[in-house]
Amino acid sequence: MFRSQYDTDVTVWSPQGRLLQVEYAMEAVKQGSACLGLVGKDGVVLAALKRQPNELSGHQKKLLKIDDHLVIAVAGLNADARTLAKVMRTECLNHRYVYGAPLQGARLVQDIADKYQRCTQTYVRRPYGVGLLVACCDATGPHLYETCPSGNFSEFVAVAIGARAQSAKTYLEKHHKTFKDTPVEELCTHALQALACVEINRCAAISTPRPSFWLKLGHDLRDPRDRIQRAAPHSHPERPRIEGRLKFYFPTGIGRLRRWRQGTRRGGRVPSRRDCRWAVALD
Amino acid sequence: MLLYPGATAAEAPARQHTSRPIVTGTSVLGIKYKDGVMLAADTLASYGSLAMFKDVTRIARTGSYTLVGASGELSDYHALLDKLKGLAQANANCDDGFEHGPAEIYSYLRAVLYQRRNKFDPLWNSLVVGGFKDGAPFLGSVDLRGTAYEDDVIATGYGSHLALPIMRAKWTPDLDEGEARALLEDCLRVLFYRDCRALDTVVLSKATATGTLVSDPYKLETDWTSASFVAPKAGGDGDGGW
Repeated sequence: MFRSQYDTDVTVWSPQGRLLQVEYAMEAVKQGSACLGLVGKDGVVLAALKRQPNELSGHQKKLLKIDDHLVIAVAGLNADARTLAKVMRTECLNHRYVYGAPLQGARLVQDIADKYQRCTQTYVRRPYGVGLLVACCDATGPHLYETCPSGNFSEFVAVAIGARAQSAKTYLEKHHKTFKDTPVEELCTHALQALACVEINRCAAISTPRPSFWLKLGHDLRDPRDRIQRAAPHSHPERPRIEGRLKFYFPTGIGRLRRWRQGTRRGGRVPSRRDCRWAVALD
Repeated sequence: MLLYPGATAAEAPARQHTSRPIVTGTSVLGIKYKDGVMLAADTLASYGSLAMFKDVTRIARTGSYTLVGASGELSDYHALLDKLKGLAQANANCDDGFEHGPAEIYSYLRAVLYQRRNKFDPLWNSLVVGGFKDGAPFLGSVDLRGTAYEDDVIATGYGSHLALPIMRAKWTPDLDEGEARALLEDCLRVLFYRDCRALDTVVLSKATATGTLVSDPYKLETDWTSASFVAPKAGGDGDGGW
C-alpha cells in the first residue's frame, strides 16, 4: 500500500517539497513510549515510561548510559537506538583516551545529527526511526538536547517526546520558568508529575501499588539489582528511596488503584503489570 | 627502504620516516609559580652543531589558556602547531563557548606522539605544555615516545641535566612572578654557559588567570669574568677543554 508515489525512496521529493520517508520516521518517534527531560540548577533529569512488550517479558530499555557525564532517553525503534548508543559510547571513550576529559555533549549531538542527516540524503538507506533526548553535564554546565530522524537537533530547558508527549509538554511549559533554580531532587518530582500527565490522559495506572524510584545517574528499574531493591527496600543506602512522597506524585494513579481494588473500576481499565514502570535518570 | 622486485636503487621511494632530527632546538624550561605557569627557552635552531637560525621562537600560544614549548626537531614542532591550530579552529567553528584546556592539549599531544611512535615515525620532540584554566595551573611534558608526566618544575633536553637540579633546589610553590623569572633566567644563563647548542637570546612566557603571553626575544646578560672561564683548569696543562 502506498500513501503516495513519492514515498518509496528517501531521496525522492514530493511535489509539496517534503521527504515522506523522513516524515514517516518522525512518526515512529511519536509512537514510541514517552520520555522527557528537564534541566535544573545543578543537573539534568531524564524520565521515561517503560513498556512491557509481553506479559512474561522484561521492560524495554529507555535510558541508556553513554558515559559518566552523559545519558540518553530514547523514543521510537529501540534497535536503532542501540546502534546510535554504541556509536556515542565509542565516541565518548575515544575522546576520553585522546583528551583525558569527557566529550562535550553539544559536539557529540552534532556528530549524531550528522549521522541522522546522511540517511536522509543517501539512497537505499532508511532514516533512523528513533528520537533521542541527550542529557549531559560537561564543562559548560548541564545541557539537554533532542535529536530526531530528520537530522535536526535543538537544545532545551525541558522537552518531552514519544506517544502522548503533548500532555507532558503542557506540564513542562507551565512550570519551566522555575526549573533553572531547582535542584535535581525537586526536578525529579517535576519529571514524574509530567510523566504522570501522559498516563492520566491514557486512563491507565501505574503498575505496582507502591512503585519506588531510584535516583541515580543513568539507572532505571531495568536493572535486576533494582528489582531486588524493590523487594527489600532500604537495604542499599546508595539508592535513596522516595516512597514517602508517592501520593504527592500520583494522586490520580493511587486513587484509580484504590477504586480498582474496591472493584468500582470507574474511569479506565484495570491497571495491569503490563502497563508501565517508571524510570528515572539523574545527572 | 621499500624495494619492489626488479626496482633499482634510483627508483626506490624516498624514506618517509624521521630517523634523525635535522634542525633542532635545545632545552625548554617550565615552572609553576604563585600566579600560574612560566615557560622559557632560547631562540636557537641548530643544524647539527651549526647555529643556523638565531631568532626562532620555540614557545607558542594555542587557544586561550595554553603554551606549548618544544625541543628537538623544529619542523615536527611546526607540524604539531598546525594540528593545534586546527583544533582551535574546530573549537571556534563549534561556537559553543568551549575551548580545550592545557590538560586536554597535553593529553592530545601525548596521543599524537604515541601514535607516531607506534608507526616507527616519531615526531622528534620533547614538549612542555603549560597553561592556566579554571583557577588551576598546569605543567606537563611529553616526549617523542609519548611518555607524559606532570610536575611543578620541568626541563627538557640538556636542561634536564643542567637546569633541573637548580630549579628543584630553588623552587617553592609561592614564588612570585619576579622570582620565577629570575630563577628561569639563571637556569638559561647556566645553559648558555654549558650547553654548546644554547643561545643567550631567549623568550619567556607565562600563563595566568588573565591569559597567556609570550615575550619578544631578548638577550640575557652574561658574565664571563669568572675565573673558571678566564682560565679553565687553571694551573693545569692542556687547552683547558674537558
